[in-house]
This record gives sequence, structure tokens and C-alpha cells, in this order.
Amino acid sequence: MLNDNNYKKHYVISGIAIGIVAIYICRLFFLQIIDQSTKEKADNNALVRQTIYPGRGLIYDRNDSLLVFNQPIYEVMFISKEMGDHFDTLGFCKAMDITRAEFDERMAYVTDRNRNRSYSNYTQQVFRGQLSKEDISVLQQTLFNFPGISIRKRTLRDYTYCSAAHLLGSVGEVNQRDIDNDPYYQAGDYSGRDGIERRYETILRGEKGVEVLMRDSRGRIQGSYHNGELDHEPLAGQDITLSIDIRIQLLAEQLLSGKMGSVVAIEPHTGEVLALVSSPAWDPHTLVGRQRSQNYNKLLHDPHKPLMNRALQAQYPPGSTFKLLQALVGLQEGGITEQSMYPCNGPSSTPIKCTHNHGSPVSLEQAIEQSCNPYFWQAFRDILQKDGYGKQNKNFRANYERWRKDILSFGFGSKFEDSDIPDQVSGSIPSTAFYDRYYGKTGWKAITIRSLSIGQGEILVTPLQLANEAACIANEGYYITPHLLHNDSSLTRHTTNVDPKYFPVVKTGMHRVMTNGTGRWYNIEALNMCGKTGTVQNPHGKDHAVFIGFAPMDDPKIAVAVVVENAGFGATWACPVATLMMEKYLTDSISRPDLVNKLTTTHFISE
Amino acid sequence: MNRRTNIWNAVDWVTVLIFLALAVFGWLNIYGAGYSFEQTSMFSFTNRAGKQFIWLLTAIVLGLVILLIDEKTYDLFGYWFYGAMILLLILTPFLAHDIKGSLSWITLGPISIQPAEFAKCFTAIAVAKYMGRYEYHYRDWHDLIIPGVMVILPMLIIMIWQQETGSALVFCAFLLTFYRQGMSGLVLLAGVLAAIIFVVVIRFGLIPAFIILIVIFGIVLWRIWNHPRVHKYILIGMLVLYLGFSYACTYAFQHVLQAHQRTRIEVLLGMKDDPTGAGYNVNQSIIAIGSGRFFGKGYLKGTQTKLKFVPEQDTDFIFCTVGEEWGFIGSCAVLILYLIFILRLIRIAERQRDTFSQVYAYSVAGIFLVHLTINVGMVLGLLPVIGIPLPMFSYGGSSLWGFTLLLFILLRLDAARMNKLL
Repeated sequence: MLNDNNYKKHYVISGIAIGIVAIYICRLFFLQIIDQSTKEKADNNALVRQTIYPGRGLIYDRNDSLLVFNQPIYEVMFISKEMGDHFDTLGFCKAMDITRAEFDERMAYVTDRNRNRSYSNYTQQVFRGQLSKEDISVLQQTLFNFPGISIRKRTLRDYTYCSAAHLLGSVGEVNQRDIDNDPYYQAGDYSGRDGIERRYETILRGEKGVEVLMRDSRGRIQGSYHNGELDHEPLAGQDITLSIDIRIQLLAEQLLSGKMGSVVAIEPHTGEVLALVSSPAWDPHTLVGRQRSQNYNKLLHDPHKPLMNRALQAQYPPGSTFKLLQALVGLQEGGITEQSMYPCNGPSSTPIKCTHNHGSPVSLEQAIEQSCNPYFWQAFRDILQKDGYGKQNKNFRANYERWRKDILSFGFGSKFEDSDIPDQVSGSIPSTAFYDRYYGKTGWKAITIRSLSIGQGEILVTPLQLANEAACIANEGYYITPHLLHNDSSLTRHTTNVDPKYFPVVKTGMHRVMTNGTGRWYNIEALNMCGKTGTVQNPHGKDHAVFIGFAPMDDPKIAVAVVVENAGFGATWACPVATLMMEKYLTDSISRPDLVNKLTTTHFISE
Repeated sequence: MNRRTNIWNAVDWVTVLIFLALAVFGWLNIYGAGYSFEQTSMFSFTNRAGKQFIWLLTAIVLGLVILLIDEKTYDLFGYWFYGAMILLLILTPFLAHDIKGSLSWITLGPISIQPAEFAKCFTAIAVAKYMGRYEYHYRDWHDLIIPGVMVILPMLIIMIWQQETGSALVFCAFLLTFYRQGMSGLVLLAGVLAAIIFVVVIRFGLIPAFIILIVIFGIVLWRIWNHPRVHKYILIGMLVLYLGFSYACTYAFQHVLQAHQRTRIEVLLGMKDDPTGAGYNVNQSIIAIGSGRFFGKGYLKGTQTKLKFVPEQDTDFIFCTVGEEWGFIGSCAVLILYLIFILRLIRIAERQRDTFSQVYAYSVAGIFLVHLTINVGMVLGLLPVIGIPLPMFSYGGSSLWGFTLLLFILLRLDAARMNKLL
């Protein structure tokens, strides 16, 4: 040992040891100090942010009838890793009431990472969602037989009435765009997809709660993290009360059954929408839960386009209902006076013939009562040409523009911007520029656009706008933005360009429509109804039946617009719907059950 | 010389202290690794920490007993111990339960013993006895044949007969012993080169490996061409051997290694990404350690190890718990403590006056170093997954007892060195 010439080798050996430890410390330095991703990965591993879904707000009608509520549903979940090799598949199929083939198919789908990218052996996967309490009752009792299977509770929308599907809208799973736009949402969340559900989503949805849990490597929950310091309780969504009166909503839907058309009823002095009906419609229950997408597709491909909310999105020429505005604007602009009389030659009148038999000349009230086309043509002409054409048609064009502005002041030609009614379309009252494009600046005059005088031609309005027109007349000169939320005081009062003093004569005319004119067959004397029928020529088929009106005359509580497509006379098909609704709303009773029956059973479209 | 130094005064207590510190810290971390938020007691025999506590107490008793046994016992009965151990290793698979594909555990009542953990110690004694003979002098590689066989025999039995690659690899530690006793350092270099060539062949294929070999040998040959004392033909022969080795690597990798070993190596070399399969352990291990950051999450506060994301977390992957809960600071402290421990063993080895003790001491130092290197290297994702314990830290009676035996025999030899004739 004394003459050990290998002595120095212990430096090499020590050096090797030091070198290895040094390399390992560098590695630790990299992993623990430099690499920032590991902390996040560790949290993703171990922490589960379990969302606790708040109850969605309920929806009531103006009389506090519950319209929309929540119904618990169940999801059967599984964790493959925990199911083990001895899983009783047949027993499970039996408990779920499915066949072995269905089981295999579902499992193949869920466990295929190409189709289900979030799949993991270790995490909960949905085996079957949206099951009712009955669906899972057998499984629940025998759950202990099936390791790795669990049942999760969520809620779905449920509806008291098979009604108001368009208006209420539906709730469905969020898409990627929603998730990108609003950090509130995560994949798998539900949100209001349309209608009121979407419009008031932020109120109805509430605040999600969260529970931060720790899970082990097999995905089993091991308790709360940091004693629940990071948890917070969900905050249930707020309930909302709609201005809708479900009684007349239901009645209107019944009356429109088997027809294409729509009804809008408004409480004139508040602008609250009492009924908003589009037909054909669907049972809102069908767009809930598992069958949602399948049923939605069916609706999407239905030739009658039930998904279109005709009350808001269908655009028609207003027909004779427009004559009321013509009268008001004429009085305002001085084209006519309350005493103006115009001759009517009945069916041989030119350039527009009259479709009713009455004496001549006619006064304004009579003209409204008899829906006299020649009167309103002559009135329209005199509004536009009251001071001639002037140079370059200047006076005429200015008068037309004034006329148009007056019409627009009744809410036509644009959406009700501050309204909570979703998916409106604007309709159209043609501008001078519109006609200039067709005819040139001097190429058109009153005779060119004579159809406008009787509400035909290039004018397009929506049923909602028609109802609003009725409300304007009922209110004698103003309207409150039509809206759906009950007791909403934030809405604007819009004054029309027509002086209130011109309204009574038109109202009287409308009253006479109901007592002596086209509405007389369906009038209820006691309710003091006012109305105006319309029969809109339709180049694509049979005329559309239209009616607007309100009641009672002196203190209007309800204004209604009804459109029944391809039905024929407004007096025959639209007027009775409106008067039944007025009656129901004002007296909460129906005195003409036969009429209800007749309308309900008359179908213009095949089911 | 009749006056014997009092053995208790001569024991290297610093080493004992480091040993105990590592074992106790290991035990705390085993408790931490098994802790699952409703843990009862550190001392309950029903959980692993409680059992490890018993192992620790018995290991201390074992250590004290060894210190009392006369050091000449090992020199006297060295070959007998070795022979008995070889026999036990051969018999083990017949007596063993299959635990995770390895046939190395013998169950005696409530405890399981892994004879391979003790084989290192007895092999070290036998090698020391052979190399410590008075007439033994290392001259060239012929003198390493017998000690080499002594090492390779248990190694092969463990690797092939018991299917325990990890425990077998530890026997590489004896290369350090041989190196210290005279074996050329070129052998170590050749080993390192072989490892590099293996990695290059597997990762980049044969051609790059050939190029590297030819460049290295070309430079060396060019430098020594005119050197009279160097046998260039040996070098050229070695080049040919290495070229053959490269080719053999490709064959061995495909046909000799088992599928799981192959995958582990591929994952390590980044050729395969398999975070849920073969790469799962290491991936989770790295996440656990990395998430500890600088100061760690605090004792018993690690989520990754507690929630069992890291498999084998109280045995082979115990270092994860250290990394996650004690952070960079704690991990470095443990590594440095090991380094001090190993350097201290080397120092003890160097102060021995007889070859027997020195050879044995280097074997002990080498075994600890190899265990540390392979285990921590694996946990840090630098070496393939090879299941061997971290000395004193990992849960397990056999391994703790094995290391106790190894170390305390050395301490007894060291304590008695003053009594040896110079």
C-alpha cells in the first residue's frame, strides 16, 4: 500500500461522482427553475375545477303563470380505467335498457380519440346524457354493481304550455364561437340559443359556481383543494316576467292552427307585447335534450318554414290597414281635411277600382268604414301634389319625402332598436332615391306609385309593425317601443308626426268598420272595438288576410294585428281571430265557442 | 500489537450520521408519498411509513451488531459467504413469487426479502478477499479475470435467471474498484464510448456511428502513429471491434432487449412520444419535480405524489416527492448530502492500510454511486427507466438492510484499521 502508484486515481473517481451530481443539479435547475410548464401541467393533472351549474332563471307571464322552468336530468358517466376487466356489461345494458350492440357502438364512439378528442381512460366520460329520472331508476338502484359508472345531475328546460316556442326560444349547447366570445362559457355548457332565452341569457344564466377538487391518477376525487378556499357557490339565474299573457297567446295559437300567419297583440299605453304568435310553430318540449338537434333539423327542412318567426320576420304589403295611416298623414300634411269628400265609381273607378258597394261621394269616416280604394288614392294624390310638381318635380318629391317621414314615425321601415324583441326585420317604406333609381328624378309622380295609397306595391311591413300602428292610433299619436319584459320602464315614448287632434276621426272610422263595415260580422258591441281589415294581394298565391284593431275605443287596453297567409279576405279570417283575442283579454271569456271551433278546425296547410 | 483501539471510538461517526440523516429523511418522504389526506400515524405498521420505521430500527440494530462482529470474519469466510449467496440466488426463482415479472423476492411470513440486495455486499467481500491476498499484484488484465468472473457470475444470475436488470447493472460499480486497483482508465473510456455509440446507433443509425468512430480513431492514430511504445494494431483492432459493436447494437436492440425496455429507451431518446404508456412514469415524475419550483410545495403538500400520479413513488421514484415538496433547495441538499457521503467513503477507502479493506471500500462507494446515478438519472428523465432503489431513501427492508450491511462492514473494517500491521 505504500508504493501505490494508483493513488491519484481517487481524484478521478471523486471527479466522476462530483460530475454526476453536478449534471443532476443542472437538470434540477432546468426542471424546477427554468421550465415554467411543469407547474401548470401538475395543476391540470391534479386539480379538477368542477363547475356547479346554477339553476337557470324561470320565465313567467304577466299574470305570474309559470312558462319555463327547470327539470332535472341525469347523465350516466363512466371512467374506463375503473370499470375493470370484470365489468358486468350485460347487467349494465339491462339496467340501462339498451342492447349490447348499442353499448358497444357508444363505447367505440366515446373511446375513439379521433371522434372524441378529450377522451381519456382516467377521466369521466358521458356514456349517455339527458336521461329522465325514470330512465336511470333501475341503474341507480344497482349502481354499486358497476364500478366506474356514476350519475351526474344537470337541468334542462321544461315548459308548462306547448306554446310560445318562437318567442321563448330554446337552450342548447354552446358552440366554439360562443366560447371564444364570452369567457363565461366552456365546452358542454348550455346557453339560450334564440328567442327570449338568448336575449336575456345574461340574466337567466346566473353565475356558475366552482369547486376545486383534487383527483388522483385514476381520476377519483380525493376531496377539496386547500379546504375549499378557491370554491364559490353558484348564483341562480334571475327569473324574468314577460309581458305576454299566456291566455291570449294560447288562444291565438289555437286559432292559427293549420294556417300560416301571425298575431301580435300590444298593450298600447305601455308597449308591452301581450301575444306574439307565429304559425306554424312547434312544441317547445321537442327542442330540449337528446332529440334537440334531430328535431331542429326536421324543423329546418319543413317546407312551411316553421322556424321563421313570421310575427317579426315576415314582410307583407299592409293592404287596406295602411289606409288609416294614409288618412292620418293626409290630415297632418293638409292633403285632406276631416270634411274632404271624394267620388267613388265603385268597380269602374280609375285608376284604382273600389271593391265595396257604397254611396258616392264618401267622407273620410265612410271611406275607412268601406275601405274605399278611390278615396285613398285621391287623398294620396292630393297629399303629394297639394302644391303641384314645381321645377324638376321638386315639390312633389319633397312632399313624398314628408309623407314617408310621417309613415316612418309610426315605427315602419326600421326595427324597434331599443326593443328586447329579437330577430326583427325592418320592413321597407321606399325612399325617393328608390324610385329615382327606377324612374329617374322626374320620371315618377303620384300616379306612378298609386299602389302605395292602398297599402300595396313596394311597401313592406311586419306584423309587429302593424300591431304597433294599431297601438299608435289607439294612443292617438304615440307609441312605446314594443317589448317583451313586463314592467320595463326604460323604454322610449315615440311621438308620431301626426297631431293627436287628427286621430279621433280615424278612430271613429275604425269603430264604424266594426259596426257597419267589413268587421261587422265579428264585432262585439259591448267591447267598443275599432278595427280595419285588409286583403293583401299576393303575387304568389291566394290573398293574405290582415286585420288591425284595438279595444275598447276610448281607453284602449289591447291592440292587435293578425295576418293569415293565403287565406282570402281579412274580414273573414283575420278579423275574427283579433276580436276573439280582444274578448278573451278584456273579459277573460269566450262568447263564441263555435267561432273558435270553426277557426281551429279550418286548416289551409297540410300537417 | 495487542492493544486494540476501542472500536466505538474508531467508528467513523460522521458517515453514520449522514447515513441516518438520509434514512430518516427518506422515511419522512415515504410517509409523505403514502400520505393521502386521511392519514393516521407515521408509526402504524399498517402503512408503508410505519413499516419503514420498523425497517429503520432493525437496520440500526443490524448496524450495531455488525460493528461488534470481528472484521476478520469477512476475510476468513468471504468465499463461503459468496458461495452461499450464489446458491441462494440460483434457488430464489424457485422460492419466489412473481412480482412484476421479476423472480427475485422470497416471502418469509409477513416480509419479503430480495436476496439480490445482499449479493452486492458478499460479492464485494469475495472480490476484496481475492484481490487482498498477499501474493496478488495487479499487473495486467489477466489479473482481473477471476475477480471479473466473481462479479459477472451473480450479475448474470440476477439479470437472466431472476429478470432483474436494475439490480444486475449495479455490479458495474466494480469497474471503479478495478480501476483503482490498476485497471487502465481506457477501459472506463471505452465503456463511455460504447454507451455513446449505442445511443448514436439507436437514435441516428449505423452510418453516423461509423463516422464518429472513424473520426475518433483516425485522430488518435494520427497523433500516435510514430510513437514507439503504442501498439497501433491494438487500436485498429479496437476500431474494428467498435464497428462490430455498432452493428451488434442494432441487432441487440431489436432482438435481445424486451419490448418494454426497447420502448423505454426510445422514449428517453425522444424517438417515441408515449406520455400515457412507457413514458408515463418519467413524464409524471418530471412534472412532479418541476412543479416543486424553488422552495417546494411544503411537506405533505405535494399534489402529484399524494394523488398517485407518479407510480412507485415511495420506492424507485421517491426522489419525486423530495423534488415536489422540498423544491430545488431540498433536492440539491439531498444530492449534495449523497455526494458528501460518497466522497467520504472514497476518503475512507484511501485511508485503509490493507488491500482487502480498500477494495471493499471502493466497492461500497461504487455501489452507492451507481445506485444514486441510475435512480436519480431515471427520475430526472436522463436515463432509461431501470428499477433500482435510491439508497436509504426508497421504501423496502431488503434494500435498507442490504445497504446497512454494506456500509457497517466497511465501518467496522475502517474502525479496525489501526490494528492492522503496516
